[in-house]
Order: sequence, then C-alpha cells, then structure tokens
Amino acid sequence: MNLPADPRAEAGPTLPGPASADGRSGDHSDGRNTPASGAKWLLETRGITKRFGAVEALSDVNLHVAPGEVTALLGDNGAGKSTLIKCLAGIHEPEEGQMIFDGHPVRIRGPKVATGLGIETVYQDLALCDNLDIVQNMFLGRELTTSRLLDEDSMEKQARQTLAELSVTTVRSIRQLVGSLSGGQRQAVAVAKAVMQNARMVIMDEPTAALGVAQTAMVLDLIRTLRSRGIAVLVISHNLNDVFKVADHIAVLYLGRLAVEAPVGAFDQQSAVYAITTGRFDPATIEASETVKAIE
Amino acid sequence: MTRFSEPSTEAGSDAAGTQPPAQVVSLLDPASAADNMADYLRAWTVRIRNGESGMLPVVLGLIVIVIIFQSQKSVFLSAGNLTNLFTQSATYILLGMAEVYVLLLGEIDLSIGYVGGVAGVVTVATAAPPGDHPWWVAILAGLVVATIIGIIQGLVITRLRVPSFVVTLAGLLGWEGVLIFLADREGGTNGGGTIRLSNSILLDLVNGNLSVAAGWIVLVLGVAGFAVFLIARDRHRRRHSLVVPPLGLTIAKIVAVAVAGFAVVAICNTNRGRIVSHPVRGVPWVVLIVLGIFMLWTALLGRTRFGRYVYAIGGNAEAARRAGINLGRIRTAAFALTGLTAGLAGVILASQLGSISSNVDGGSLVLYAVAAAVIGGTSLFGGRGKMLYAVIGGLVIATIANGMGLIGLSASAQYMVTALVLLAAASVDALARRNSTRSS
Ligand SMILES: Nc1ncnc2c1ncn2[C@@H]1O[C@H](COP(=O)(O)OP(=O)(O)OP(=O)(O)O)[C@@H](O)[C@H]1O
Ligand SMILES: [Mg+2]
Repeated sequence: MNLPADPRAEAGPTLPGPASADGRSGDHSDGRNTPASGAKWLLETRGITKRFGAVEALSDVNLHVAPGEVTALLGDNGAGKSTLIKCLAGIHEPEEGQMIFDGHPVRIRGPKVATGLGIETVYQDLALCDNLDIVQNMFLGRELTTSRLLDEDSMEKQARQTLAELSVTTVRSIRQLVGSLSGGQRQAVAVAKAVMQNARMVIMDEPTAALGVAQTAMVLDLIRTLRSRGIAVLVISHNLNDVFKVADHIAVLYLGRLAVEAPVGAFDQQSAVYAITTGRFDPATIEASETVKAIE
Repeated sequence: MTRFSEPSTEAGSDAAGTQPPAQVVSLLDPASAADNMADYLRAWTVRIRNGESGMLPVVLGLIVIVIIFQSQKSVFLSAGNLTNLFTQSATYILLGMAEVYVLLLGEIDLSIGYVGGVAGVVTVATAAPPGDHPWWVAILAGLVVATIIGIIQGLVITRLRVPSFVVTLAGLLGWEGVLIFLADREGGTNGGGTIRLSNSILLDLVNGNLSVAAGWIVLVLGVAGFAVFLIARDRHRRRHSLVVPPLGLTIAKIVAVAVAGFAVVAICNTNRGRIVSHPVRGVPWVVLIVLGIFMLWTALLGRTRFGRYVYAIGGNAEAARRAGINLGRIRTAAFALTGLTAGLAGVILASQLGSISSNVDGGSLVLYAVAAAVIGGTSLFGGRGKMLYAVIGGLVIATIANGMGLIGLSASAQYMVTALVLLAAASVDALARRNSTRSS
C-alpha cells in the first residue's frame, strides 16, 4: 500500500475522514465510519469544528462512541481533547458540524441539554465545590426538592447508594466537605456524580492524572463497572498503560483533527505513541490494520 | 438509581484495602458519621485547627469586651442599656446580613449604607404629609426601591461584567447624591434635609414594645418549636440511617437558644423606665423583626436551591456553571436580596432615629456591615459564611459603640478599637486557615 502524505488519508483503512477527500473511504472504512445500522453508535460527531478566535482547536472531527464500550481519546497536549469533550458536554458550542446521539441529530447548547440526553462529564479539573459536602456536590444543579425546599434526606440516600454501588467505601462521612478529601476520593465523587443520574454516556477527562497506584486502580475499576452496565465511556488519558487496561477503541486527535480511530487491538504501545506524536498510523502496523477488518 | 440493580462485584475491592486504615470506615455505616459527642468534639477541634473556626473566636471576644465594659461602667449590663444595645445593633445586623449574600458569592456591595438611606427616605416621605400613606405602603415603597436598586446594580455587574467593587463604589457615591436630593426635596422647607417620622406604627418598629406576657409567650413557643423541629428531624434521619448530629450537640443547641432567648426576654421585660410611675418594659418589636428576617434568610440559604447555588458559585463558579446553574440570575437575585435587606435596615434606622436626613453616614454603615459579617466568620473570598455570623458580628459592633459611648470615649477611639477588633477577627481566621494549608 502506498502511503500518501495526508496523515488522515494515510490511516485510510480505519479513518473516518470525509468520503470526498480521497474517494475511497466508502470501500475501505468498513468499521467506524459507516455503520450498517445507525443504532450502533450512541454518539457520532460529523465535521465538528471549534475555533477560539483565530485558533482552530477542532477541525472537522468525526468521532464515534459505542454503548457498552470504553473509547479512549488520545492526543498530545493542546491537541483539542478537552475542547472536544466540552463540545459534547455543552460547555462550548462548535461553529460547524453535527452531533448524532442515539440516532437523532442533536444540538447541545448547554450543560443541561447534555445531561438531559444522558451525557455526563467528569472534567479534568473535576469541577467540584470544596465548600460543599459530598452529597451537595453530587446533586449540584439537580437538587431534589419537596415543596420547593431541598430534600436532603432523599439526596443523601441516593448519594450513599450510588457510592456503595461503585464500591467507593473510603470516605469517612458522606457529609464531609469535598475540600477535605484526597485526590482519589475527589475523583470518585466526581465519577459518582456523573453516573448517579441515569447516564448513558460518561466522559472523563484525564481521570487518573493525579492519582496514586491504588486510586488509579479504583478509577479503572469504576470505568469497567460503567462499561458492564452498558454505558458508553469516553476517556481521555495520557497514560497508555491505563488506556490499554480498559479501552476497547482508541481515537487519536492530532492538532485538532481526528487522525486515527481504531479498535485497541490495532495498536501496541509503540504504535499508539507514533499515532499521538505524528497523527499517522504507524506503517509497521498496517498489517495490524488489516486485522482490524478481520475483527469487524 | 434503579439502573444499578445488580450488586457491584468487580469494582474497588482492592483499592479499598490499600487506603490508610484511618480512612477505611464504611460509608454505609451511619455510625461513621460522628454519632457521639466525643467523636463530634474531636471532629470539631480538627475543624477549628483546619481553619473552620466558625464563631468561636468572636463569641469569646464578645465575652471579653462585655467584661471590660462592665468593669469600667456598671450601667453597661443594666436592663435599660442592654435593651438599648439590642435596638442599636439591629441596623448593623440587618446590613451585615445584607452583605452576607454577596460576600458568599465572593462579591461585595459597598452601596448598602446609602441604599438603606434612600429606602428610609422613601418610607418616611411616603408616610409623611401630604400623602400620609399607611405604614405598610410606606415600608413597601422603601423596600421596593431598595430591591430595584439592588437589581440594577446586579444587572450591571452580571450583564456588563463590571466588577461589583466598582459598580457598588459608584453606588456608594451615586445613592448618597440621591439621598441628599430626596431628603432636601422632601424635608427642605421645614427641616433642612431632615424628614421627621410621624407615623406612630413606623416609630414603634424600634421604639414600641411587646407586652411582658407576649414576650414570654413568644419565647416559649419559639424555643419549643425549635426543639421539636430539631428533635423530629434527627429522629427521622436516624430512622433512615442518614447522617445525624450527635444528640449532645442537638441538646446543646436547644439549650443555647433557650438560654439566650430567656436572657433577652428577661432583660427586656425588666422595668427600664426612669420615672417610677411610668414603668417601661417589654421586648422591642425590632428584636422580633430581626429574628424573623434572620430565620427567613437562614432558611433561604440553607434549604433552597437558590441558597445552595449561592454557596456553589462562591466555592467554584466554573463548577456551578458546568452544573447548568444560571450564574447571572443567581448573582442578580443575591444583589436584589442585599438591596432588600439594606432597605429594611434603612427603615429600621429611620424608626430608631425618629427621622431621616441627608446626614446618614452610609460610608461608615457599609464598612460596619462588612465588618459585622467578617467578624462573625464570613469569608471575603466567597463560599463560607452564614446569616448567624452577621448577627453575632452586628452585636459585637453595636456593643463596642455602646460601651465606648458609655465610658465617654471619643469617636476617634471608637473607630480605632473597632478597627482592632476587625483586624483581630480577620487575623484569627487567616492564621487558622494558614495552619490548615500547611498541614494538608
Ligand atoms: N477557552 C479557550 N480559549 C482559547 N483557546 C483555547 C481555549 N480552550 C482551549 N484552547 C486552545 O485550544 C487548543 C486545544 O486545547 P485543549 O485544552 O482542548 O487541549 P487538550 O488536548 O485537552 O490538552 P491537554 O492534554 O493539555 O489537556 C489549545 O491550543 C488551547 O490553547
Ligand atoms: Mg485537556
């Protein structure tokens, strides 16, 4: 196979690039690009473009996320990962492009729209209020009320149940201020907050970045728990070890473009690094990408 | 929640085992929430060392101040002077509570002194001839004006994104101008910028008293209601294995409220009249008004979404935004409530003085208001504070002013002592917080 200069075209076999670009997507990209039934993807973005002034943080991104699978979103610093998930979470609105959620085109104009669809996000900076306790944080923005007064009892019960189901058992009191928790405990609270509302898709931005070994293991377990419950998980990580432990699919952003998208089996550590740093599929693993076809 | 029906099997078992032992207390065990007094006290000392000193320093400080004044001037603790002190503190407490709303957001409102002044003028002028409107129309007019001022300032702050410090600094200047203009126009012919308050009900807000029996009845009903509320809530939560404060703490709270309430009613019901044939006794109405507003605002902050969002924005505005909270609306509403409460303070001030004039020193009042909130333990950086803090802080400010007045110290000394108390309170808070950051 000869390799054209365009990195997206180079990764042709698994590239969800526009069909018009080289006219061969149709026959090659049998995987993530053109699902036979629209139902396969829980979320699909088509041509998402997001600019900050003159900076084009995202250009023409076509991402696919399947239910009951963990999709890892990789890319170097500044590749646009956080920007992409903020578009999905309703923090940013992209200038161009479409999002298809559960087979329907959607416009995610605000955080409430995203959560209304069942898209929950755990941000890189966690977005917790240190001056509120665990229960208050988990219900922030969607407090339960009875006759307009906060229903603390029901909220505490539900929060306790969710934390127990996620096997988060290491906090002293559920009424502890979040500011007094350790990094891993804060991460656990943020994840629990995300999954408590019948989430269909959970997005996590570098969930293990600041964590020790044990707490990383805990978060990876949380991710597996979510997957086993049929939730689509989109996780950003710089830690390839973690990625290979939990991911089913890998998508690589490179300078705001979705450069590569393939099942995890198509990568090893080396080729993943290659894809992240160059935005291309490692030529050495082109045979592997043939295996991709076989897998699918 | 129904989605997670099957028990979790795979997650977290090893992670839990690797935690430091002190932390591994099951979340499902309600006893893990300090359920007995010893645990609670231990947690409390930890909190104090971590900078959550709350009201402890200021309450101790208040006791020290009282002892000093009493040793200098024995009338300080007389029924007459203490009742006087309660009514004097009303303005500071109300302005302090007004400031708490915006301080919780991490904002500030420098205009509330003159906003109160403007509301006072509007109320007094509405009740004065030729209109002679009834008292409630007058109060309503004053409060509406104050609330609208708050909304306008809030909108400029949130829509135009001008810092609240600047907007309300402009308010500090501008509303003083409006105050002088109104006072001169309404009272100019007969009193040189002073409008007399002639409506007897408005005068009675501060100068009228409940009957002795009514005072005791209110006390008994109030304490009983408070006790029943707390005990019923605790029992309900214990039955549903929710986190419950230790019984000792609940009892201590009830006892504290009962003792404080009894002291206030007993003091106010003691005859403080100078003429033997004309005994003056009874709890001033203003005490009930301040108490009512305090309970209302405490419920609003503690039991409603609005209150929760005020704390959330003060703690982490970006997190609040991502949670879908409309920051602009909550902030504007908070500034409106600040205006409303300041307006009430202005009405009370007019009632206390029996008149209102262009001489209202709104500059000092707002600084006392901020001082009251901060002395009590409200953070200037947002997210930490309670209405109760403004009550205690307002009492401290009024006590200093009252005691120094009794001793006969000059205004210059009063300012300097108030400054020292404010500085001491803020330093205790800062020191405690520095300890907490060092230890964590
Ligand atoms: N609010 C913003 N305003 C302007 N530019 C922004 C903004 N947010 C992100 N950018 C720019 O968009 C690009 C992508 O940033 P983004 O935060 O999405 O990267 P990332 O892939 O998450 O990186 P990292 O791995 O460091 O978290 C960067 O060039 C960044 O400077
Ligand atoms: Mg990022």
